[in-house]
Amino acid sequence: MSAITLNHVSKSWGAMRAVDDISLTADEGSLLVLLGPSGCGKSTTLRLIAGLEEADAGTIAIGGVDVTRLSPAERKISMVFQSYALFPHLSVAENIIFGLRVRRVSRAERDARLRRVADIVGLAHLLDRKPSQLSGGQRQRVALGRAIIAEARVCLMDEPLSNLDAKLRHEMRTEIRALQQRLGMTMVYVTHDQTEAMTMADRVVLMRDGRIEQNGSPEELYNRPATAFTARFIGTPPMNLVRQGDHLIGVRPEHIRIVPGGDHAARVKAVEHLGADSIVLCDVDGQPISVRLDGFSKVQPGEDVRLAWEAGHEHRFDPATECRLETSAREGRLATSAG
Amino acid sequence: MAVRRHPAGSRMTDLAASSPIPERRARSQAWWNAVNAWLLLLPAAVLLVAFTHWPILATIRHSLFITKRNGSEVFVGTDSYRAMAVDPIFWKALVNNFWFALGTIPTSIALALIMAVWVNRNMRGRGFLRLAYFTPTVLPMIAVANIWLFFYTPDYGALDQLRGLFGLGGWNWLGDPSTVMGCLIVMVIWKEAGFFMIFYLAALQQLSPDLDEAASIEGASRWYTFRRITFPLLMPTTLFVAINAVINSFKLVDHLVIMTKGGPNNASTLLLYYIYEVAFTFQDSSYAATLTVVLLMLLSAIALLKFGYLDRRIHYQ
Repeated sequence: MSAITLNHVSKSWGAMRAVDDISLTADEGSLLVLLGPSGCGKSTTLRLIAGLEEADAGTIAIGGVDVTRLSPAERKISMVFQSYALFPHLSVAENIIFGLRVRRVSRAERDARLRRVADIVGLAHLLDRKPSQLSGGQRQRVALGRAIIAEARVCLMDEPLSNLDAKLRHEMRTEIRALQQRLGMTMVYVTHDQTEAMTMADRVVLMRDGRIEQNGSPEELYNRPATAFTARFIGTPPMNLVRQGDHLIGVRPEHIRIVPGGDHAARVKAVEHLGADSIVLCDVDGQPISVRLDGFSKVQPGEDVRLAWEAGHEHRFDPATECRLETSAREGRLATSAG
Repeated sequence: MAVRRHPAGSRMTDLAASSPIPERRARSQAWWNAVNAWLLLLPAAVLLVAFTHWPILATIRHSLFITKRNGSEVFVGTDSYRAMAVDPIFWKALVNNFWFALGTIPTSIALALIMAVWVNRNMRGRGFLRLAYFTPTVLPMIAVANIWLFFYTPDYGALDQLRGLFGLGGWNWLGDPSTVMGCLIVMVIWKEAGFFMIFYLAALQQLSPDLDEAASIEGASRWYTFRRITFPLLMPTTLFVAINAVINSFKLVDHLVIMTKGGPNNASTLLLYYIYEVAFTFQDSSYAATLTVVLLMLLSAIALLKFGYLDRRIHYQ
């Protein structure tokens, strides 16, 4: 029993409502990502779950138990900080077993668990080092080790990979996900990186200005963005949003083709070659549109081309509220069954 | 040093056989490097030698001579040291200094730490509290001594008026050998604790709040976190403050001149005050030099302990 439920939780600092009436559930053993731009309240939400901040309103339950007024320790969680929060004067081993010492776990058990965890995170040969003698990735592993040795059912992660370089980030992403599934932890993971969210999450909660913008599986957020904000936030490059009369239309770059007889005249402004595909940045009636083409595109900047996309790939949004407009019930059912 | 560097420099050019620079040019370049380095060091070296190293050597030399009335110096070897060994006032001053250091250092450091932890929290009037703690440091020594002189004045001083409220009689605090040292210790703690607090406060603000939060998630109590995390991370500051406190405890003169003049019956004579008296009241400069050498040795022993032993056991970030 380790599902996390937030029920109408709010937290404000003065007039600023950092977290505004949020309700969500992370199922037991699942990985829930809190995603959003900086200042959207995702870290505050995590700190509320951890008990590092006290909620102004609403309730938080972990494993069915109301923990809203409990201290962080009483919530039986573990947490990885963005800064890793390693104790700089303690060795790797002492950092990892810090919590076990606090709870007076016997020496034999402490040693056994340390060996096991050190193997899992691959630090067995570095246990005597100080954090300052480790690389960024190794420090990250120490923080991870400290989080999993407690064997808490719930693990909270606050942008754990943001201090690593791109290659290491990719590696650790896979590792953290594998670890979470292997140990069956319920994990809440905060990030501003939509790639991390899309690749790791069972469920993504996209936040904006302290509120939930959309809560769903990665596929749902990608294929059926509920708002124009979600559409603009998910995907690299994100969805193109074009105003056509009184409509706001969204099309994914990979759904657009450059064809001689296309419906939309466009001028190529720049081409980015990524290897496997190319992103062609075009200009349609003064609105930017990016097009993803397979392989090495031969289009030149300044060239006039014509673009086309299938009507079925169009997403429609209300220009005023930016909410998704369901064009027909049939299409909605199709998308649901596909997802 | 410049000369010794030459072989190393030429060996390096030998190793780099493909280097187009001829050996002579490399050698002259190394020479210029050395000259440059020494020129850059010169201003600091001159100051150090003129005001630190030379006076030390001069003092040691001076302690081995005595100056006659006609100004000529006579070598007496260790005579002055032998005289010192049987000088009861010297021993009294040394013992006084020991108790004075023991009375002031641990208490002022502990108080400074407690105050710093207290005013480091978010609370109303924090700036005012910090200022209040720091005020004693800002006051001139003479003013401080006079304020405390008033506290300790028999019968109508602040302390005796307080005693009067409880029906107790007057007490000559500074005039009694049994209380004079205690009075000085209290005053110095009052003056030093606020100063040391500033260092602790600065160090505390360098510590990441994440560490406290990480510890609290692991279930560590506040005291446990302080003992295992905060205090060890403050050790560099503690060491710095402790060294300063020791030096200050040997440096105290001003208050003694104003408040007690070392009395009564040398009960408040500290080593530096005794040196001051011997040198400028008794005009016995060679004995003063002898006493100074002892003070120097004490302070160097402390410096050696710091650099040789303590630094290696402390975590520096």
